Amino acid sequence: MTLAHLPALEVVVPLLAAPLAVLLRRSSLAWAIATAACAFSFAVALLLASEVSAHGPISYHLGSWPPPWGIEYRVDALSAFVLVLVSGIGTLTALYAWRSIAAELPRDQIYLYYALHCLCVAGLLGMTITGDAFNLFVFMEIASLSSYVLIALGRDRRALVAAYQYLILGTIGATFYVIGVGLLYLSTGTLNMDDLAARLPQAASPRAVLAALAFITVGVSLKLALFPLHLWLPNAYAYAPSAVTAFLAATATKVSVYVLLRFYFGIFGLELVAESLPMREILLVLSLVAIVTASLVALWQADLKRLFAYSSVAQIGYITLGISMASRDGLTAAVVHLFNHGVTKGALFLLVGGIALRAGSAGLECARGLGRTMPLTSLGIVIAGLSLIGVPGTAGFVSKWYLVLGAIEAGRWWLVAFVVATSLIAVAYVWRFVEAAYLSAPGGRTPEPGETPATMLVPAWILVAACVGFGLQTSWTVGGAQRAAALLLGGAP
Amino acid sequence: MSVLGHYSYWITVILMVAGLYIVIARGNLIKKLIGLSIFQTSVYLLYIAPGKLIGGTAPIVADGFKLYSNPLPHVLILTAIVVGVATLALGLAIVVRIREAYGAIEEDEILAADRDRGAGA
Repeated sequence: MTLAHLPALEVVVPLLAAPLAVLLRRSSLAWAIATAACAFSFAVALLLASEVSAHGPISYHLGSWPPPWGIEYRVDALSAFVLVLVSGIGTLTALYAWRSIAAELPRDQIYLYYALHCLCVAGLLGMTITGDAFNLFVFMEIASLSSYVLIALGRDRRALVAAYQYLILGTIGATFYVIGVGLLYLSTGTLNMDDLAARLPQAASPRAVLAALAFITVGVSLKLALFPLHLWLPNAYAYAPSAVTAFLAATATKVSVYVLLRFYFGIFGLELVAESLPMREILLVLSLVAIVTASLVALWQADLKRLFAYSSVAQIGYITLGISMASRDGLTAAVVHLFNHGVTKGALFLLVGGIALRAGSAGLECARGLGRTMPLTSLGIVIAGLSLIGVPGTAGFVSKWYLVLGAIEAGRWWLVAFVVATSLIAVAYVWRFVEAAYLSAPGGRTPEPGETPATMLVPAWILVAACVGFGLQTSWTVGGAQRAAALLLGGAP
Repeated sequence: MSVLGHYSYWITVILMVAGLYIVIARGNLIKKLIGLSIFQTSVYLLYIAPGKLIGGTAPIVADGFKLYSNPLPHVLILTAIVVGVATLALGLAIVVRIREAYGAIEEDEILAADRDRGAGA
């Protein structure tokens, strides 16, 4: 009986944990509630994923109203995959926050962090699981509003400005999305995603549908920080508390990528996206520019958080590059990179948070000599950095491998060369850390010398281990991504 | 006349563009939020206006009424209004905090303050 309601509980439990954390107020209780709620969602997500791979998509009717009238929660190969990523990272960052947030926030504000963390997790999970276009907007705003506050919690006053800029751009993005959905509703009279896909070909005005496609593309691209709409991202990541940066970098942009995939392939269909407007060409060019410029900008950053933030913009370029191929291998690469990059960036930002805690800032000069003073933290960053570059044996390699396969399949050899060449820029910016940590003498005195505390190191190293694990044992990630790609392409009319 | 017949769309478009322009063109953080609010409000109109049928009534089944207006856009926009109010409230709260931290709410003054401090340090 309760098993049938798992899709609803996946979202409702973290959503209810948020007010509970506020009511309890004690920081340790709030932490326990948040961690338990996220862990519950993670367990449910794993259960749903295994259920989906065994028996096919799950459709849950909220309040027993059948779709297209009621809101439908839909778990399929793709959404199950993203649910596991979001809830897993949510759990690990909640564990990590125990020590990290205690050091960064005043004692009487800590419970608010956990409430917002739960809200953000609930919003992102809701965006992923819902099968209703307007419901997605509501969850998008739940996730966004909580992430604006999470960023504004940063100690530096520039965090406030970063949060404000993100609020403006994020709201413009969400409003563009809602305009697009409105146009779709006017054309078809439905908001259910499957129903939309079925009715769009008969829409009275193809022009309105194309306008909707354009609005939704721009709106979601703002959220996923597609170049040149990424301007909010580096400051937001650099000044937010460490746990927040890790959580948002690993999940928020990824869920937006998922929304883009859903709309392109699940609703509009490849035919409309590829033939009526030059969407694939636009996406291809923007991805290439994103990869090159953001990687180059990352090279010149003096702060580790900013460095990896720009690298995130570049890595999102690889994901959208896979989407622009719109082939089986291309989409597999996009989905698997969505997951692998989430894990890799999560690990990196969690470890950088350890440096920020001990050294007081995440500046590159603080990393000098860390190979000796914080051996486990530095080693973790190097391993996750290798995954970022795409060295064989790490998760990053798997996604680049499928990207290259997709490029070969499309007969674009220059793209193969491009992917390999731009990986070299990643080598350069990861090397800057290696040089500082292992080849430089320790810098000035650090306020709190010593290794990262164990409660922060363990969640980070779980993700580092996942970087290597998913690089060697690829059946779960690649299998899931291939099923998702087949679903997306098969779902296209 | 179809241009005038679609006047609600014209108003929507004008509000939308005006709101977005204010967000981009103004440096004052409060004015930006006002622009954002106008931009969001235009979307409410985009949803609500087409839901009304001329001569239509509320969708309650009764004798003599055959033409019903669509209630769903109202429900959707009620949600969107809540979201819009929450966004505006949060935005204003952040501006208050920015004013406390920087003593300014003009974008260029804030950026200059951070640049000066960066150069001084």
